[in-house]
Amino acid sequence: MAPPIKEEIMAKKAAYMGMMVALAFVFSYLESLVPINFGIPGIKLGLANLVAIVALYTMGSKEACTLSLIRIILTGFTFGNPSSMLYSLAGGILSLLVMILAQKIKIFSVTGVSVLGGVFHNTGQILVAALVVENERLFYYLPMLMISGTIAGTLIGILAAILIKRLERLIKEG
Amino acid sequence: MEEFTGPVDLNSMKKNDVILIGVILILALAAFGGISWYSEKNTKEAEAVVYVDGEEQERYPLNQDTSVRVSLEDGNYNLLEIKDGQADITEASCPDKVCVDHRPVKNQGESLVCLPHKVVVEIENGEEAKIDGATH
Repeated sequence: MAPPIKEEIMAKKAAYMGMMVALAFVFSYLESLVPINFGIPGIKLGLANLVAIVALYTMGSKEACTLSLIRIILTGFTFGNPSSMLYSLAGGILSLLVMILAQKIKIFSVTGVSVLGGVFHNTGQILVAALVVENERLFYYLPMLMISGTIAGTLIGILAAILIKRLERLIKEG
Repeated sequence: MEEFTGPVDLNSMKKNDVILIGVILILALAAFGGISWYSEKNTKEAEAVVYVDGEEQERYPLNQDTSVRVSLEDGNYNLLEIKDGQADITEASCPDKVCVDHRPVKNQGESLVCLPHKVVVEIENGEEAKIDGATH
């Protein structure tokens, strides 16, 4: 079989990227429909992070950043408001940077990377929230959010590992 | 154009992941312990504050049972008793005994007043009343 020409790879990548953005967008929306209330704001599964991790492993860090940025801006304008967008942005950027680093140092599997992502997502949001309301009492939430981030990160990581395994074959052979 | 990254070994590093999760959970528990220790140190305990003629005289924590005689210059007195986290005036030399008949107080802002002696016992840093403000 002849190697695919440049345009073909570009088209495939664009289609894949579009699918991932749509998926992340839908996951963000789905999650806002399911109210999870543990008495502490900020606890959630982070389904959108699943897409970010899959993108990070199947496409690369640059693509994962683009994807997250587009997803946050889209959901912010559609379902949120400027302040919720600020929180998502802080959490999303910090979590993605940590995940990219964690992937680069190659001592963790997808699960470990995802756990770090989950924990730092919550940390980023608390940092911004504490800056905005100028109240250090918000850090009282941090331990609980670290634990919830770890649990959510583990679940998402296991899911992501399965997805990456299957999608990779699809992308490679596609 | 970057190529897609190569195959990822998904199951080889489980041990590091478990260590990571353990470390994060321990950190979270430590932070939790630190925060509750810190906030406990900083929460003020409920106190009964005694005022005579509008001036603060003495503070008594509600969690220590005690019996205090609030003596006035003219020889009159009110006996303040703190028991079971409540403050009560059990004896007084005043003519009307309104302060003695008043039920014990323990909630934030509640007070015992002896008008003839100008003695006021007020609760500070106490819990908010569970029913409503009208019960003061």
